Amino acid sequence: MSTTTTPDCKVHPGNPVESFLRTDRMPHIWCPGCGIGTTVNCFTRALIDSKQDLNKLAIVSGIGCTGRVAGYVNLDSFHTTHGRAIPFATGLKLASPETTVVVYSGDGDLFAIGGNHLIHAARRNMDIKVICVNNLTYAMTGGQTAPTTPEDVITATAPYGTYDPAFNLPYLVEAAGAVYVARWTTFHVKQLARSMQEMFAKKGFGFIEVVSPCPTLYQRRNKMGDALDTMKFYKEVSKTKHGAPTSEVGLTKSGEIVVGKFVDRERPDFTTHMHEHLQHSLGDKYIPAEGPVCG
Amino acid sequence: MARGAVSIVVERCKACGFCVEFCPTKVLALSDAFNSKGYHPPHAVTPDKCSGCDLCGMYCPDFAIHGYRLDKAAKAAETEASDAR
Repeated sequence: MSTTTTPDCKVHPGNPVESFLRTDRMPHIWCPGCGIGTTVNCFTRALIDSKQDLNKLAIVSGIGCTGRVAGYVNLDSFHTTHGRAIPFATGLKLASPETTVVVYSGDGDLFAIGGNHLIHAARRNMDIKVICVNNLTYAMTGGQTAPTTPEDVITATAPYGTYDPAFNLPYLVEAAGAVYVARWTTFHVKQLARSMQEMFAKKGFGFIEVVSPCPTLYQRRNKMGDALDTMKFYKEVSKTKHGAPTSEVGLTKSGEIVVGKFVDRERPDFTTHMHEHLQHSLGDKYIPAEGPVCG
Repeated sequence: MARGAVSIVVERCKACGFCVEFCPTKVLALSDAFNSKGYHPPHAVTPDKCSGCDLCGMYCPDFAIHGYRLDKAAKAAETEASDAR
């Protein structure tokens, strides 16, 4: 594969993302201008900057365009059944508490078929980190209406425009009990990488929504231009409001996109809570398991 | 004098134009040449302006481009050479 470098430098450092990729699977299947690759860049930069031990890190993905991330990153990864990324991640975290478990999936996987799992993981405050790439549609299956599709948007299943109210993801996740909730778009690469670092450092259920273009299905059908136009649109309409009340950050078709860190709070996570409770009720009879319980 | 440089894997590029649009010093432009998939990969039109900030690398959804600082690259090369000795 040809590489052009300018100016000619005898030794140049490789792309930092390269060591995190299964390069034999490149080029990937994502469409030109799809935002998922950009989020992977931010994710790898966050891993490098936070000095994560890569032997103690696992990526869990469900099904969908974003679900392919687990197949493309050269880390311990699970590509699980549709919507069940969070149950797999929960099991992984309980069996191996030392592992940092990251769920990397799309809006359809996490909030449509997997919505119930997500709210319960947030309620229990499982120590897993969820990165949700939200392209506002079911992209892999052809652009049908998803629970995240805003009103008045033309999709494959709504040729006259959608009329259902959409989920406001940060609001839903905060109400369910997450300790860290943020939203960025694929335009905000530096902020997104920093936010991911913050989330890795925090114990408990962390959630980052990344609003991403789907130029092939969403933008094209709605005459919103190509991916570059969408990025310019994000630049124009997004407004950073840290700590904004999540009830007011719902997405609309062409309105303002509120981005920022909305929630950063402390709550005991599931394992801590369980140990405390069992110690309290069983006293000396309770012996907590040490280290990984399997493997 | 350029402080940085970009490295482009031409065959991975899908010509979305993110790097061209968001380069803070406007170093890049889409070239007239094609890669084997028929896309126009970017090339550096004003390489002297490159600061090596790697914003193109952060944006590129196809992992095809990245920027680096020349002083850091030279230092790394030196360390590598001394390690080899």
